[in-house]
Formats: sequence, C-alpha cells, structure tokens
Amino acid sequence: MQALTNRAQEVSRKPMTFMERLYIPGILKGMAITFSHIFKKQPTIRYPEQKREFSPVFRGLHVLNRDEEGRERCTACGLCAVACPAEAITMEAAEREVGQENLYREEKYAAKYEINMLRCIFCGLCEEACPKDAIYLSETFAPANFTRTGFIYGKDHLLIPNPVTEPEAYAAAKGQRN
Amino acid sequence: MTLLAVDWLLIIEKLVLIAIIVFASLGIALYTTFAERKVAAVLQDRPGPNRAGPFGLLQPFADGLKLIMKEEIIPTNSNKALFVLGPGLAMTAALMTCSVIPWSSHIEIFDRKIDLQIADINIGILYIFGVVSMGVYGMMIGGWASNNKFSLMAALRGASQAISYELAMGLSLIAVLMLSGSLSLKTIVDGQMAAGSYWNIVYQPLGFIIFFVCALAECNRTPFDLPEAENELNFGYHQEYSSMKLGFYLFSEYINMIMSSAVMASLYFGGFDVPFLDESTLAPNIAAIIGVAALLTKIAIFIFVFMWIRWTVPRFRYDQLMNLGWKTMIPLALFNMLVTGALILLKAGV
Repeated sequence: MQALTNRAQEVSRKPMTFMERLYIPGILKGMAITFSHIFKKQPTIRYPEQKREFSPVFRGLHVLNRDEEGRERCTACGLCAVACPAEAITMEAAEREVGQENLYREEKYAAKYEINMLRCIFCGLCEEACPKDAIYLSETFAPANFTRTGFIYGKDHLLIPNPVTEPEAYAAAKGQRN
Repeated sequence: MTLLAVDWLLIIEKLVLIAIIVFASLGIALYTTFAERKVAAVLQDRPGPNRAGPFGLLQPFADGLKLIMKEEIIPTNSNKALFVLGPGLAMTAALMTCSVIPWSSHIEIFDRKIDLQIADINIGILYIFGVVSMGVYGMMIGGWASNNKFSLMAALRGASQAISYELAMGLSLIAVLMLSGSLSLKTIVDGQMAAGSYWNIVYQPLGFIIFFVCALAECNRTPFDLPEAENELNFGYHQEYSSMKLGFYLFSEYINMIMSSAVMASLYFGGFDVPFLDESTLAPNIAAIIGVAALLTKIAIFIFVFMWIRWTVPRFRYDQLMNLGWKTMIPLALFNMLVTGALILLKAGV
C-alpha cells in the first residue's frame, strides 16, 4: 500500500539488543533532550500582571453604543435577539417621554436589555443584525463570577460611558473599533 | 560527686545533633517538594509555582497547610490500628537512616571534639539496609490496612520491587566494601578523603550505576514508581489516605530521596570531601562547615538528577521492571563484584 506521507516508519519487532535492554543509552538521550528545555523560552503569559494582546477583530464582551452626543442608539427592535443562535439576549422596550431626547436617539428605547454571558457564544451575529450600530463586541472577555446570576449582564454593565461627560472612559471602552 | 559514670555532655551533644539533623532533613524535604515542582516546570517550559511569596517560596507551607486542613478519613472497613501505623512507620524508617551518615568531620567547641555524625557504628551500611527494608513495611501495611484491592496490589508490587532491587543494590555495594574493607560509613568516607586516594566512583563506575538505579527503585521514583502508578492503580498504596497521613507518605518519599542521595554521596563521591582541597590544613571548624556544604551540594545534585530522570522517563511495565532487576542488574552486579575481587587480588600480588 502506498503510504500517505513520507513520514511513515516500518514497525520493528526484532528483539532488543543487550545495550537496548540496559535502557541507559536511551535514557541518557532522553535526558539530554529534557535538559535542553531548561534553556528554552517559556511561552507562559503571567495572566493578571501580563495580558495577551487581542487582535482588533476579537469578539469579546458586548457593548451598547451611544452616538456622539451621548444618546443611546438602541431602539429595542429585537433583531439582535432574533439573530442570536444561543438565545442569550432579552429586552423590554419603552417609549421615549418628552424631555428625554438627550438620553435616547429614537422614540423607542430599551428599558431593559440583558445578555446571559453563560449562553452567549460570542459569534457576533447580534452585531451584524443591528440596524442602528447599537451593539458591538469589544476586546475584553467576561471576568469570572461566583454566581450564575452574576453572568446576566444588564444595561448597567453593557452601556458604554457617555462620550460627552466621560470621553476617556468612552475611548477606553470603545477600543480600536470604529 | 558524679551521679552516674555517664558522659552527660555526650548525651546532650547527640540530642542536639539529632534535633538539628531531623529538623534540617524535614526542612530540606519540604523544599524538595517545591524543587520538584520547579524542576518539572522548567523542564517543561513552564514557570511553575510562583504565586505564594517571592518566587513561590512559600508554596511548600501552603501545601502543608492544605494537607493539615483536609478531613481525616479512616475507611470503615479498614484495619484501623494498622491504617494509622502505616504512614508513621514509613516516616520513622525514612528518618532513621540519617543517624549513621557522616555529615562532616568534627567541630571543636571549648576544647571538646564533636563528631558531626549521630552514631559511628561499625556496621553503618548494614544498618541503613536494615532500616530501608523496614520502609517496605510502611508501604505494605498501608496498602493492606486500606482494604482496597488497588492499594493491596500496589503494596504487593512495591514490596516485590523493593526486594528484587535490594539484592542488586547489596551486590553492587559488596564491591565498595571490598575496596574500603569496612562497613562503617565514616571509614569509607575517610578512605576516600585520604591523600593519594580517589573517590570510589573512579574504581566503581559500573557499581555506582547499578546502585543508583536500585536507589531509584528503592525510593519508588520514576521510572520505578509502580507502587504509585497513578494511571493504573489510582494512586497506589496511599489511595485511601487523606490529610496529614497522606502527607507523611509523600514526605517520607522525599526524605528517602535525600537519605539515599546522602548514602550515594558518601559511598561513591567522597561524602563531605571537597575535591583538590586538603582539609587537614584548615582549622577544624572551618573544614567542618565546608564539609557540610560539600555534602549538601552533592545531595542537591543527586536530587536534581532524580527529578530530571522523573520528568524524562516514562514508567516501566511490571514485567520490564522484573526483567531489568533479575536478568540485568543482578548479573551485572555479580560481574562487577567478581572483577573487583579479581583486581584486588591481582594488585595484592597473590
């Protein structure tokens, strides 16, 4: 039979020679290999102090975006919830009152917006479904938590800081996305 | 007026020495567990424990605290007295070995000459062999009293392994004894230190290799860790043990490692001898301190080699272990013994 690769090796079933039965030359060879690993570079990233750089296309935690005047973009249309394959997103819509124009961009907004981070598979389909550019995935991931309820992120976790009042926090949360 | 014709100072001196050596070997064993993890990590391109204290130096204390805080479980159907006796016996046997090892020459305090050896008995090496074989009982009793088939199987394996390898170990040792003409470890070390004589490793390279392999087997270290065999026997003879009883078993293994390193250093590598240095020209106290440092360095090197081998070689299969012991090690040791004897006779000109 033709071998698939040229790396295939014939299995040798001949009895071991005396030197092989002593095992010592083989063991010394192995020890030389392990010793050489002392001088190799460690690939470890010491996590809390060092962090791995994510690429700009990394799909991490969700962010609910605001427009440049600091108004929430989300209109609670529900397209993200429909697009979500893991059914992680729930929301409740509410109508904008008079005097709230500086808070919400459109006449309808999300009074409640929750993502269950334990269900979420971070596929980014919500980001693609959103007609208002209101939700996108950032470059961080959900930190550990002690309870399951702690992984249900509401608007208080997801909403980006206001670009008018806190421009630095806004820029940090926005990351490299545009 | 003397109460009894006893040298009370000698008793105090020996008690202090015993306390120092026992606590020092416990402390060294503590940090050997840490070194094991660090060496494993470095050989596998990892940083190893580095969270507890600077460079992870407090890790062994965290490990010990964890073991002590764990629930102490004695299985319902176990033989309770033997179950408790097992780890105690293992630990005692491990610690008893240190009494005949010459840690250094002697120090002088207020014109009193204090030997840095607990007991210079004239059958020192036989005593070590006796105590080491007692260590098998710790394993055997632990495995038997657990009332668990895996533990029992592991204990049987361990006992048969220890007996097989003790034989080759003893045979390789006879060659050393023929060279030095004494069973006292102090005399063996002094013979190697004397001017114009070399370390025994020069005369006994094959004997040393056999002794080293057998020491690995006696300490249940990889590649001979069949009594533990995590993936075949669920942790082996100490499977049912928890808390500090388990800690005792694990700890006695490390103490055994230190003691067998010390014995190997004394038998083959000149004990507390520093190469190319004439100790008799120095003040005795300084020479003693240098000697202790030299012996500890040799022990550290041996322990590193033990660990290095552990993280390189996979475990032997049981039949391979027995074949190696009976069909390779014992014939080689016999051959080594005969050649040594013949050469000694030739040199003597009989």
